[in-house]
Amino acid sequence: MAEAALHGAAHGAAHPHTSTGLSNVKLGMWVFLGSECLLFGGLISTYMLYRGRVSQGPTPAQVFDIPFTSVSSFVLLMSSLTMVLAVSAAKLGDDRRTNLWLTVTALLGATFVGGQVYEFTAFYNEGLGFGTSLFSSSFYTLTGFHGVHVTVGIIMLMSLVGIFRRSRVPGSKSETVEMVGLYWHFVDIVWIVIFTLIYLIPV
Amino acid sequence: MTTAPADAAVPGTSGVSDAAHGGSHGLTGRGYVRVAVILALITALEVSTYYVDFGPFFLPALIIMMVVKFLMVVSYFMHLRFDHGLFSFLFYSGLVLAIGVYVAFLSTLHFFLR
Repeated sequence: MAEAALHGAAHGAAHPHTSTGLSNVKLGMWVFLGSECLLFGGLISTYMLYRGRVSQGPTPAQVFDIPFTSVSSFVLLMSSLTMVLAVSAAKLGDDRRTNLWLTVTALLGATFVGGQVYEFTAFYNEGLGFGTSLFSSSFYTLTGFHGVHVTVGIIMLMSLVGIFRRSRVPGSKSETVEMVGLYWHFVDIVWIVIFTLIYLIPV
Repeated sequence: MTTAPADAAVPGTSGVSDAAHGGSHGLTGRGYVRVAVILALITALEVSTYYVDFGPFFLPALIIMMVVKFLMVVSYFMHLRFDHGLFSFLFYSGLVLAIGVYVAFLSTLHFFLR
């Protein structure tokens, strides 16, 4: 009996007692990520439509710094690796490694956001304000929204590290890390699309 | 009564683990690093298109590389490849809906005819 209870607890995250047999939290997260595709789809489409509309101020080719953005993209891509390693460690119940990889992921994310702030500052100094042209408005809105998502992810990661240190995690700890991981990877795949469509394909 | 399966996350064996605590299958640590290396190489190839003239293959190559990277992250890092199909359905429904809606939106504004 006790063995059965333990066995059930060990697999609680995998086979919860819900009508679908799946975790409702995870289902909710995937629905949320699916809806986020619509949000970023709208922002990317708007940028694609307006990227050539430069009545005044610099054009994309004049301001984009591809080597710099490539390094930022690489940093965000590697943060996905450290995030998945955190999820893997959480599933194995290795708290020390979980905290380590979560912290490294947050640091890589912070590096990416720092790079974005630097990029925005450089663009502004080159005469590309938010209202300079349709290109600049749509560019700042799209990449700004993405930057906010990364920042929210960093806050979630650091909150997780703090909560884990105090051992105040309700429910399954590995599932909590996995949910934050799904959000983080989503932010990464959005950047994969942005990097190609916005930075690498010329107007 | 069966016991929980021993974690097969031994680096360098099959590359696939059966996580006993999380339920969903996934790669080993080494498997994830391999995926990350492939992603980094594709990114390097993407960036090279900015410096090297790929001629008519430029745009298709970039789009294909973008899609491959997207699918690799979704399949391996987000575990959709190893998880229940309902999660894939929910995510790809949103994605396909978004692509459909915005391709129609851009077509209406003659974006693809420019």
